[in-house]
Amino acid sequence: MSHKPLEPNTKLDIEELMQGLDTYHPPRKGWTWREVPAGGIDMGPFHFRNMSKPLKRSIGLPASKYFEHIDPQPSCVVTTEIASGRFEDDIRRMRMAAWHGADHLMVIRTTGQSHIEGLMEGTPEGTGGVPITRKQIRASRKACDLIEEEVGRPINFHSYVSGVAGPEVAVLFAEEGINGAHQDPQYNVLYRNVNMYRSFVDAAEAKKVMAGARIFQIDGAHNANATAKAGWLVMPELMVQHGINCAYSVLAGMDKQLIGLSTVPPDAPPAPKLWYDLPYAVALRDFFSEYKMRAQQNTRYIEADIEEAVRTHTIDTLISMLTSADIQSTITPDEGRNVPWHYNNIRGIQTVKQTWAALDGIKELLTLNKAGPLGEMVRDLKERAVAFLEEVVETGGYFAAVEKGFFVDSGKYPQRNGDGITRDSKGGVGVDTIVARDADYMAPVCDHFGNNKLPSGIKKPCDPIGGCTLCKPEKIVYLPELDPEDNVENRLAKTLPYRKGGKIKPEAEWAGDGVVLMQFVVTEAEDVAREAALEIARKMGLQDPEVVNLTPMHPSEGCFVEVKGKTSFDIDKASLKIPPKVEMLPEEEIRAAVKQLGIKVVAGTVGEDEHSVGLREILDIKHGGIEKYGVKYKYLGTSVPVAKLVDAAIETGAHAILISTIISHSDVHRQNMRKLADLCKEKGIRGKIVLIAGGTQVNRDMAKETGLDATFGRGTKGIQVVDAIVKTLKERKQL
Amino acid sequence: MSDQRIARFEQRRDVLKKLSDQELKDRFWTLCNQVVQPIAELAKTHTSPSIERAVLLRMGVDSVTTHGVVTRVNEAGLLGKGAGQVLLKVSQKTGKDIRAAAQAILDDAGILKNLF
Repeated sequence: MSHKPLEPNTKLDIEELMQGLDTYHPPRKGWTWREVPAGGIDMGPFHFRNMSKPLKRSIGLPASKYFEHIDPQPSCVVTTEIASGRFEDDIRRMRMAAWHGADHLMVIRTTGQSHIEGLMEGTPEGTGGVPITRKQIRASRKACDLIEEEVGRPINFHSYVSGVAGPEVAVLFAEEGINGAHQDPQYNVLYRNVNMYRSFVDAAEAKKVMAGARIFQIDGAHNANATAKAGWLVMPELMVQHGINCAYSVLAGMDKQLIGLSTVPPDAPPAPKLWYDLPYAVALRDFFSEYKMRAQQNTRYIEADIEEAVRTHTIDTLISMLTSADIQSTITPDEGRNVPWHYNNIRGIQTVKQTWAALDGIKELLTLNKAGPLGEMVRDLKERAVAFLEEVVETGGYFAAVEKGFFVDSGKYPQRNGDGITRDSKGGVGVDTIVARDADYMAPVCDHFGNNKLPSGIKKPCDPIGGCTLCKPEKIVYLPELDPEDNVENRLAKTLPYRKGGKIKPEAEWAGDGVVLMQFVVTEAEDVAREAALEIARKMGLQDPEVVNLTPMHPSEGCFVEVKGKTSFDIDKASLKIPPKVEMLPEEEIRAAVKQLGIKVVAGTVGEDEHSVGLREILDIKHGGIEKYGVKYKYLGTSVPVAKLVDAAIETGAHAILISTIISHSDVHRQNMRKLADLCKEKGIRGKIVLIAGGTQVNRDMAKETGLDATFGRGTKGIQVVDAIVKTLKERKQL
Repeated sequence: MSDQRIARFEQRRDVLKKLSDQELKDRFWTLCNQVVQPIAELAKTHTSPSIERAVLLRMGVDSVTTHGVVTRVNEAGLLGKGAGQVLLKVSQKTGKDIRAAAQAILDDAGILKNLF
């Protein structure tokens, strides 16, 4: 049953993970917040004021290499949403996300699951999400248990308790150690057309069960500004929706600290976002000061342009930081154009990590000016929300208000445009299914809500049955697959070559899906550019090409186009020639060796060749060249005869000659390299001097064939060159 | 109607304007509680097929069987007693354990007669 710890250089073995699920129970339950040291945290050269404990293992932002590889972690929990439809592939994505700093993994359900009466079992494939089942949760939670060990921080696993099976799903989640869930009866009523009485009666039970397992709850109010025609006007209503779910949850037995508001800055540029989003954010945090804030990013205006989405999300995160966020959710920036691809989960997380690090401690530097228009706008929203509630009460309560179309209307309250969602209390999914409890109604289980005439003299409600599954997990019944075709084992067999069989294909969503994305400019107007782009993709051999984004650069001059498609071939891993990794000496050792010998070199671009940039970058301290490590150099310029370099080396007693050779016409670069080696032999200094060549058409394999000590291609850094000099000298015992 | 609503809003607003921030916040929560209390009362005194299946799950019955049992209990007009109580009574009456009793209900709904 126990799985060996994950090893960073080894892929997670899904087949092994799937073993022993029938007896697997989560080692812990309930929600976990990050540890945030009160006095701030020192990392690398900096002091951070509002960051959480760093991870044991992680991948920092690309620029972290300039800052001692620090990877500061925001104080809030960071969410990523996962929805590929195949949980066995999502597990790898979860591991990637955790390494980049997500500790709240939210799994979207397959389309239509909210209308299924009862639990789903087995592991069928989903659409737009995964079917949430016991087996899927167990495998995923087990993976989270391993991944959290690997990165060194607990992971909150999350899904949805909504629809017409809410109480059952809540029990499943409580049994299987799910840590967070959406639960909001209003969501069912408004967006899923579940009968309103049924939705609220079920919700009380679901919430009570969640409370018992300390599952963090997120509400569904944010859907109003994703749905209403003018999302930025529904803010008074949103406050009412949050208020109703919070108050109802407390009555059902939930701890306020485990109740979160799902709140979205409702606007996006080119709207003057701050003037709408900030007052709303402040008003919410004033009224709901006892509750937690789950700040979501805006999805309403995301279409095909990933960069636009990232920019909006950066500003969304700024609003979180100017106010507060206990959980910062991220949206994959490609959500508007396809089911999220895994590397876009990472991009979303990076947006938050980058913004949070940049703006660390912002509230110590800036305060919101509530004396001006902000204060007035905040107060205005609050008054409208209270007036909204007064009208609900006057109308005869919540159910009557829903029947009269109070909710998701695009007008700013009290304006009403008549485009709200209206539901009939005598209609909807599950209508007429609630039943009055008799005076002797009884349910012999824990965490049950409402009237329950249990026998007297018992300690726990489940005593009459000798313990319920919440107290005795061994009583949980684990069902195997119900469908012999549509299940994870069959899918895993198909993807095996791409996971363990030595075959390689690009991947965006599922193992071996072959999906690639191309970006290019077509210098034609939109209609032509679109068709041309598809034709280009076809000629490149891509199957099912589809234009996922097209941005005009100018009405006639051209368009930027992004095309996705599928590759039709596999790469055989065994056929690849992988260059052996050069293990560099520690920087300190290199510096010490340079100092000990006072290493000096002569350098120049050889032949009839006027290129100088590459070599200067290898030499100059400004570009992190060899000078930075203490090496003295004599630069002879461009178009230098090889003989001149050799003479200069002898004259100055140089330890090495560095030549640059860019022009490769008629193999002149090879000829010059050989000439250097030959000439040094003639002059009798070959055994004493280190010979190195570099250039755009040079590669590491050329040293042997040309008789040099080391050769370097594009992208080489100064330290690699010094490393090669020091190593060669050491081999020759000159050091 | 709409003009009336707007006028009513203006009246409300005149009253709300006089409240302090704290009083306004208290008013918000008083009203929220006023709205949800009757709903919570409805929930306390009612049950649903999903709630009852969720009870059976906690009693150690598998999800497929909970479905059949709750349907039978509902058809027998006994959902108001609680499917858990019904199952417990069948278990006690037949001497079978909870899971076997659930299966017995599926096999023969007649077993649900004269339980109460």
